[in-house]
Amino acid sequence: MDRFVFLTFDGLSRGAVYAAFALALVLIWRAARIVNFAQGAMAVATAYAGYSVASATGSYWLGFAVALAGGLLLGAAVERVVMRFVDHSSPLNGVVVALGLVLVIQAVLGMIYGNEFRPAETPFSRDAYDVGGIALLSDFDLFVFGAVFAVVGLLVLLFTRTAVGLRMRASAFAPDVSRLLGVRVSGMLTLGWALAAGVGSLAGMLVIPTELGLHPNAMDIVFVSSFTAAVVGGLDSAVGAVAGGLIVGLLLSYVSGYLGATVAPMAVLVLLLVVLLGRPGGLFAHGKERAA
Amino acid sequence: MTALLETAELTAGYGGAPVLHDIRLAVPEGEIVAVLGANGAGKTTLLRTLSGLLRPIRGRVSFDGTDLRGTRVEQMVRLGIAHVPEGRGVVTELTVDENLRLGGLWRRDRKDAQRALDEVYELFEPLARRRRHPGHQLSGGERQLLAVGRALVGRPRLLLLDEPSLGLAPRITAQIMALLRTLRDSTGLTVLLVEQNVRSALSVADRGVVMALGRVVATSDAATLRGDDDLRHAYLGF
Amino acid sequence: MTAVRERETTAAAIRREHRLRKHLALTLLAAAAIVALTYVLPPFRNYQLATVGAYLCVTAGLTVLVGLNGQLSLGHGALMATGAYTLALMQDADPNLPLSIAVAVLVTTAVGAVVGLAAARLRGPYLAGLTLAVAVVVPSITSTFDTTFNSDQGLSVAVDPPPLALGYDFPYERWQAWIAWTGALLTMLLLANLTRGRFGRNLKAVRDDEAAARLAGINVGRTQVIAFVVSAACAGLGGALFAVLAQSVSPGAFPLTLSLFLVMAIVIGGLGRLSGAVWGAVLLVALPASTHSVTDSIDVSPAVAQRLEGNLPLAIFGVVLIVVMLAAPGGIASLKERFRHEKSKARARRARRAGPDNRLQ
Repeated sequence: MDRFVFLTFDGLSRGAVYAAFALALVLIWRAARIVNFAQGAMAVATAYAGYSVASATGSYWLGFAVALAGGLLLGAAVERVVMRFVDHSSPLNGVVVALGLVLVIQAVLGMIYGNEFRPAETPFSRDAYDVGGIALLSDFDLFVFGAVFAVVGLLVLLFTRTAVGLRMRASAFAPDVSRLLGVRVSGMLTLGWALAAGVGSLAGMLVIPTELGLHPNAMDIVFVSSFTAAVVGGLDSAVGAVAGGLIVGLLLSYVSGYLGATVAPMAVLVLLLVVLLGRPGGLFAHGKERAA
Repeated sequence: MTALLETAELTAGYGGAPVLHDIRLAVPEGEIVAVLGANGAGKTTLLRTLSGLLRPIRGRVSFDGTDLRGTRVEQMVRLGIAHVPEGRGVVTELTVDENLRLGGLWRRDRKDAQRALDEVYELFEPLARRRRHPGHQLSGGERQLLAVGRALVGRPRLLLLDEPSLGLAPRITAQIMALLRTLRDSTGLTVLLVEQNVRSALSVADRGVVMALGRVVATSDAATLRGDDDLRHAYLGF
Repeated sequence: MTAVRERETTAAAIRREHRLRKHLALTLLAAAAIVALTYVLPPFRNYQLATVGAYLCVTAGLTVLVGLNGQLSLGHGALMATGAYTLALMQDADPNLPLSIAVAVLVTTAVGAVVGLAAARLRGPYLAGLTLAVAVVVPSITSTFDTTFNSDQGLSVAVDPPPLALGYDFPYERWQAWIAWTGALLTMLLLANLTRGRFGRNLKAVRDDEAAARLAGINVGRTQVIAFVVSAACAGLGGALFAVLAQSVSPGAFPLTLSLFLVMAIVIGGLGRLSGAVWGAVLLVALPASTHSVTDSIDVSPAVAQRLEGNLPLAIFGVVLIVVMLAAPGGIASLKERFRHEKSKARARRARRAGPDNRLQ
């Protein structure tokens, strides 16, 4: 029972990261109808930048901020310089271009930093607190929850209560009508990519310290898990992304804990298969009526 | 009266094949001009070219003396041109209030934007009642009111209105036409009204333009058009 | 059958026979050319030639799947791994190369059928995501069953030396090239025949407009699955050949990057044309080789050189891919096509003939 509780909290902590990353994928999907297959690589790149700054200045928080800001910039840059010019007549084109980006980003990182695992430390302890004899959450876990909660909260506020948020939603739902109403739709698209990439970078900074370390391929399995989470929740649904993330986090935690860590990736694959074949719209799918 | 909107030799189409040929148009300020014609005459294409959604192959469009060539779609509303497109364009995922506010987000003068919003709520009582409802819960008539209201929030000088009567009951159509008349009389709004429903359109219009196969075949004041049987038979089907 | 129908069927049969004969002739010609080449090239080049052959099996199958049928698979590296590991295990049990290769192909085909059945119901990013998951997850199976697969260290592959009948000092690399290209040419022959006939038309019909294809009576699901299975079999063959060439298998040899490389190669080479697969296979070998010689020639420390060597081909690949996708989504082969098309248009204009554009497919 102790183990179950521990695994549950650990799974939720992991799940929070997948939720954030899945949210990044959903943001771009809703804005541009593309799954950003390069999101993981982009997050890794900003994490490298963040950790470089952290080790150069001695301040983790400065590095953290740089990573997030880097994410915003990188997202905007990718949209403006590459994705804008993709021929959207075939859905394959966006995917293939994103994969090209993955190759470039991971290769450049390998050339600059090498392909070995680098340490990625945080100022938070990863020792779990003892509550009534059960190991629960660590400082780091609390930080993860807090950060994801804050970001999700900020995004909700942004989208529902601000003019920019309204513009972004309108641009995603009805781009032509929005243009007629004076909304700079292409600018909103860039902003969407920037925000999504920023969230992705946050997720990267939160998950990489818990893995083997900083490495160009460090986010590959996170991408797969988060993609699964987004599919479980329904690519159109932000709420679904968060729920899906927590579900995937819990699943991985239980499988790792009871069946062994090497089986966990397969569990993700099985879950993905099951959802895609059974309920491809996801758990929270709702029919989207476009502008009428 | 000076023409607020003028076009000359306006030619436009999709994928290189012209749908509009050499359109010459002059819309005087403060008038309601009806654009009439059968399906496929190019009426919707005309509005889309005027609001910038479609780039013309040839020809000129000028608004209040300014050449509109090269102006981006997002700029149009800032110049004073509001286009309510075919199908209304209500964003169904947003609420009534969000749709209306969307119409005024471009305004720098936030106070006046709020005033305009309040005025629209006063004018369109059904919208005020349903302001928190999402767009997809509205009836066709309510959506039409919402689309027009949203355009009015931006305080336009020229309203391009594409088939407002489509799918609406005659009573509601009459209400909307009456509304246009009121707006013209009280605020001097200029309206370019594309309509299949000729009778309703001519009941409020000051003048009419008849199109067929992408060309203007007749321009006259509304009364003359109402009385010209041959014209009506040939182009307007009754 | 009505007389018309009988004539049509006979005509189709005659066309098929002509096609087969033409392809056989081309294959034999190619085989002769390859054999001649292997006598001319030095050993290392023969090894590279062999590698191209092994890659060609995979790229040809992938071209059929992605280019002709429109299903994007990011997981073919994992299928190669399946073929490679099966071959390694078979050779370990009993070093009978033809049998081992056959079993490797069969096992990979089975795996391909499972994935293909799931994939047939998916489109666009969902399909890409699923196959990506396969590519990322499958290598970890080697860690789970680490007694069989020896985890990260991998297995070595026992391969017999060339048969004595060929001579005592028959170069090993030449033998490798012959093995690899036997597989490659057989694959090309099979796929060329498969895709020129009705099956090929079905593939393209489904790719271009699924609803229309369904209305025309094509069983879309079955077409998708068969395409996937065929491409998986080819990947299995390619993977098995790789294991033979490298004489070892390990999870590190089949990373996600390999799957991406394969997709890149066929996109740049030209989707939808088997000739594009040849370009792609050549690119997969030539690019790393040429960056290797570049890093050799410039003066850098061994550590930096190692970093460059591993990553420069990836970077170049990625950039070329992005540029190609943005500029010419059909790949290099389509550029040649377009150029030829422009030339023939100019010729027609010059001759003032209103001849129809014979758009090749």
